[in-house]
Order: sequence, then structure tokens, then C-alpha cells
Amino acid sequence: MSVLLFTIIVLLGAFLAGLLGSLTGLGGGVIIIPLLTLALGVDIHYAIGASIVSVIATSSGSAAAYVKEGITNIRIGMFLEIATTIGAICGAVVAVYLNANYIAIIFGCILIFSAIMTLKKKIDHTTLDKTDKWAKFFKLNSSYPDKGVDHPYAVKNVPAGFAMMLFAGTLSGLLGIGSGALKVIAMDNIMRLPFKVSTTTSNFMMGVTAAASAIVYLHRGQIDPGIAMPVCIGVLTGASIGSKVLLRTKTDKLKIVFAVVVTFLALQMIYKGISGL
Amino acid sequence: MNEEKNENINDKDIQVVLGTLLRAGVIISMSIVLIGGVIFLIHNKGVITDYKVFKPELSKFSSIGEIFKGLSSFHGDAIVQFGILMLIFTPIARIIFAIFSFLIEKDYLYVLIGFIILAIITISLNGGLAH
Repeated sequence: MSVLLFTIIVLLGAFLAGLLGSLTGLGGGVIIIPLLTLALGVDIHYAIGASIVSVIATSSGSAAAYVKEGITNIRIGMFLEIATTIGAICGAVVAVYLNANYIAIIFGCILIFSAIMTLKKKIDHTTLDKTDKWAKFFKLNSSYPDKGVDHPYAVKNVPAGFAMMLFAGTLSGLLGIGSGALKVIAMDNIMRLPFKVSTTTSNFMMGVTAAASAIVYLHRGQIDPGIAMPVCIGVLTGASIGSKVLLRTKTDKLKIVFAVVVTFLALQMIYKGISGL
Repeated sequence: MNEEKNENINDKDIQVVLGTLLRAGVIISMSIVLIGGVIFLIHNKGVITDYKVFKPELSKFSSIGEIFKGLSSFHGDAIVQFGILMLIFTPIARIIFAIFSFLIEKDYLYVLIGFIILAIITISLNGGLAH
């Protein structure tokens, strides 16, 4: 395949990945990696390098809007970034020693898990119980504005949330994805944050987390300009349009269809990984 | 109560600057990637791609030094890598900005946390980790 044709196909695919990733909340990275590896036969190491770059672009772009609205809890974000960046670097370093087939299998499993998470009905775990001594020490309890009203919230189980973030960061570094699904579990279910705060704060953290592992990938030659260029331009454009459409449409049905497609892709990656062992 | 209010106003200002910084970083770096991409395509459009097997030894621009060397000779792929490098440094610049803003707020605990994150990222800048 010529460079020009390859660039056009990847650009279109990445645009679609970014659009669907933002509409369904899965993120562009988890879609572009199976697309590159399964459809175009690209080695997963290159796919991961390109994907992590697109994660930085989309998360920084949308974090810009959220931060201005004042919903993002910057203290929680920075505190947990200690865990996610340590994890991200460990994950990126471990990735060298892992055979591409094992990475594909782990990726497939995380993909299925993320698809299930987008379908699961969210349960509000928020609390006003400000007794957690870690939350008090790190000044994590706060409030967020919604339609002119301030909603206060308290943070619980800080050490457990921190540990979960370490794991989320490791997977992000290992697989080149934002691992938003895991971050939201840590913040919604464990630390009891309101949805709005957890999704925006998770987005805020993704950029730094991905930057930490991207540097390791860059030095290893996994970020190839020929793939990274169409991937990050395509995903960013798709995600920006997706976030605008998202405000006007209901995405429940799309989520179901998409979860099925993603699960199918994931099974194919797992199958390919196992048969290559 | 009054003191809390002041803190909030300060927080709001910081958030606006932070948001602008992130957006500017993304727009500038992606424009560089786009320009580099066009130059790269003009010179290489007919070349046959081969990404089937990961060959790290073939990558030309896998360190900051190599990227800058490639930039001076106006290679399209080096310009793309430079844009990506700027994109990687956008969230890092955000941490540095946050350290300053917490310093102004006299929240030294979070100044320290900011430095810890920077230290962790600096470790990843050490190329040795990649091999």
C-alpha cells in the first residue's frame, strides 16, 4: 500500500473512531487500535504509539472546556496523577518485554470490559460524609456548579481509589489507551464522586498520564510519524465533532450497537493473539 | 466565609488560564503535525508502507535530539514528530502552571504534589527506560 492511500484510510478510520469514541464515551484509542491491527495489519506496537498520542490530543482538548466550567476538581486530579503517571511508566516499560500476542489478548479483555461499562446503568454513590481523613488532609472535598447552584460533595476511600488509579495508569501505559472506564470506577464507585466531577477529572488526568508513557514510547521508536499523524488528526477532528453532536442527541441505542461491534472486535483480537502464541 | 469566597475567585481565574493553555497547546501542536504531514506526503506519497513488523531500529526520530536535527533539514516526518513532542509537553506545561498557581495560593502541599509528578515524568524522559 502506498503512503498516500494508507494515510487516507487511517485518517478516515481515525475520524470515525474519534466520533464514535466520544459519542459512546469509550474513547478513540480503544477503537483505533483494533482498526489498525485487524484491518490494516499494523504491528500493535505502532498502533499503541499512535493511539497514545491521540489520547493526549483529545483529552487536553476537552479538558480545556471542562476546566473553564469549573467542574473539574484539580486537586483530586493532581493527587491521583501521582498514581497514574507511576503506573503509566511501569506499563510502558513492561510492554517491551511482552509479546505482541499477549498485549492483543489483554487489550481484547479490557475492550470487552469497557464496552460492558458503557452499557451499565450508573448508580449515584455521592455522599456528604466528610470523615475521610485522607480527603481532609489533601483537601479533596469540594463542590461543583450546575445551572447556577453549587453542589457540595465529599470524597471517601482515598487509598483504595489511589490504588485503583495505579492499576488504571498501568493499563493506560501498557495498551496506549486512556482507560477511562477504570478511572471512572475508581472515582464513582470507590471515592464516591459525582458523575460530572469524575468524568471531567478523569479526562483532565488522561493528558498527563498519556504524556508520561508517550515519552517512553517515543524513545523506543513506537511513535511513527506516518501512522501517528493521520491517527491524531483524525481522532481529534472526530472527537470534537462528536462532543458537539453529543449535546443534541440521545446515544442509548448507539451505545448498544457499538458495544456489540466493539465486543466482536475484541474477540477477534483475543483469537488472533491466542492463535499467534 | 469571606476567605473561602476569595479562594474561589482565585480558583476560577486559574481555571480559565489553564483551559486556554491546554487549548492553545493542542491547536498549535496539531497545526505543526498537519503542516509536517503535508510536506511528508508530498515527498513520500508513492513509497510503499510497511508496518507489519515492529522495527524500532528503523525509526529515525526517536529522541528529542534527533527530532531537532531532522527539523533543521526540513524533513516532513521530523516536523510531525516535533508537533507530537509539543503535544506531549502540553499537559506537562499544565503541571508547571499548576505548581505556580498553587504557590500563589500558598497551598504548599499541592506545590509538592506538582513537583512529584514532574519528577516522575522526568524519570520517563530518561531514554534508558525504553530499552
